Amino acid sequence: MNLRRFSLIAVPYFWLLGLFLIPFLIVFKISLSDIALSIPPYTPTLELSEGWAGFRDFLSQLDFENFEFLATDDLYWKSYLSSVQIAFISTFICLLIGFPIAYGMANAPKEWQPTLMLLVILPFWTSFLIRVYSLIGILSQEGMLNQFLMWLGLIGEPLTILNTNVAVYIGIVYTYCPFMILPIYATLIKLDGSLLEAAEDLGCSRTEAFWRITVPLSKAGIIAGCFLVFIPALGEFVIPSLLGGSDTLMIGKTLFEEFYNNRDWPVASAVAVILLLILIIPIVLYQRNEQKMMEAET
Amino acid sequence: MRRLTWFNATSLTLGFAFLYIPMIVVIIYSFNESRLVTVWGGFSTKWYGELLQNEAFLDAAWVTFKVGFFSSIIATILGTMGAYVLVRGGRFYGRTLFSGMIYAPLVMPEVITGLSLLLLFISIGLDRGLFTIILAHATFSMCYVSVVVSSRLVSFDRSVEEAALDLGCTPFEAFRLVTLPIIAPAVISGWLLALTLSLDDLVIASFVAGPSATTLPIKVFSSIRLGVSPEINALSTILIGLVTIGTIMASLSTKRAVMRRERAERMAEQAG
Repeated sequence: MNLRRFSLIAVPYFWLLGLFLIPFLIVFKISLSDIALSIPPYTPTLELSEGWAGFRDFLSQLDFENFEFLATDDLYWKSYLSSVQIAFISTFICLLIGFPIAYGMANAPKEWQPTLMLLVILPFWTSFLIRVYSLIGILSQEGMLNQFLMWLGLIGEPLTILNTNVAVYIGIVYTYCPFMILPIYATLIKLDGSLLEAAEDLGCSRTEAFWRITVPLSKAGIIAGCFLVFIPALGEFVIPSLLGGSDTLMIGKTLFEEFYNNRDWPVASAVAVILLLILIIPIVLYQRNEQKMMEAET
Repeated sequence: MRRLTWFNATSLTLGFAFLYIPMIVVIIYSFNESRLVTVWGGFSTKWYGELLQNEAFLDAAWVTFKVGFFSSIIATILGTMGAYVLVRGGRFYGRTLFSGMIYAPLVMPEVITGLSLLLLFISIGLDRGLFTIILAHATFSMCYVSVVVSSRLVSFDRSVEEAALDLGCTPFEAFRLVTLPIIAPAVISGWLLALTLSLDDLVIASFVAGPSATTLPIKVFSSIRLGVSPEINALSTILIGLVTIGTIMASLSTKRAVMRRERAERMAEQAG
């Protein structure tokens, strides 16, 4: 092993060790500590000067108290449940809206496709915060949506949408829709049109051909899109804190408030550890789907 | 099969209306004379003038620019190295851990990344500010750069690299003269992605930024909490405009590059 190869590997390796893995181990450690009125506001702290005895002493003081606390206080498990519910329903709505858009794009005339693609990518590059902000004006009591619904005569007086869970759903669907559209479009565009023609020749109706050919063949894209929406939506902080109300419970928001408002670092760390444990299942499923897609291509 | 049925036309129209109407409303209201954000009081550009005199916003924009500039450069270098190690590194001790650490930050919730970095900076006694934001942004963006660059590295023909080595290039020369020009488009798009991610990030920056450094998203977030304001509309319009110009230019330049390559291939065929 020469020095050049070693340093090529070592630089990114140690960077990630130091700034990704070790910080996470610190979170894990603090989640087992107790809150204290000191700086830093938790105990025990590791005293390296005391050597091995200090380390043993440190280990013996760690416990699962914070996790027990999370299990007993219903704020936390309600936050977890409601995050999963909000992320799940928004993912489903995203699919209902995103699939027809992707389908329309894939079946549009060829010369339109680069432009349509650009129109989906553009919101993708636009600041996330600004896109959430643009909804505030639309959803507010005297905003465009209420004015439009009243003009249609569907409602007599303005609805309260902003600062409710409905606004959070709209926010997640609006900001994450491009993540659903792009992978579905990528699988639909590769779909062999002659298969559909064959199905029609053999007596399938258009709808039947759609359900029996198009949907199964775009399954990988649908799954990828769903995970790309579900995973970030689960830990979302910006959308519930700007569009949601005080009763909107989402775990990202709870963690942030626990850390900044209550200054309870050990509990905030325990919340983070559990959030990660919940996320591991969808992440593993997502990666398996990606691998299958890669294998299908080669 | 490529015909525009009424169903496809409707879903495209409604879909793009949904994606674009909120942003278009923000743009229109940024030119509103009235301070009230729901009443149209005539055309005016005065909010742009007010925005340009707002020192807090200008300072935050400058901090964001510095963070984006430095973190995206570090992320591009580290990310390209990381991609090279992943694809060409061969076997080494801890390879699985390495690829895990490249892919994990992509799906890690921002609140966890932010919290963990903050606890690290506190426990090693690093003062929070510009420097810690740069470190944090470089770390998560380098993973995105790695993914973009490694997909290009996987797909290109390795024999050209080997030819360069056979013809007497040192490995570094082969990288600089052969590999780098081939992967350059991916490196550039990785860099653009890193830059955008850094300019855009609110959550991680609010964890790791001390009181001394406020980035533009942090500033915007705290003023949005107070409600819709014409200055934020003006700022949003400027940012949307910049992104639109950038995206259109990028897509035009890739289109030109493709056309140039096709022409070169045709000429090569005719010559041969």
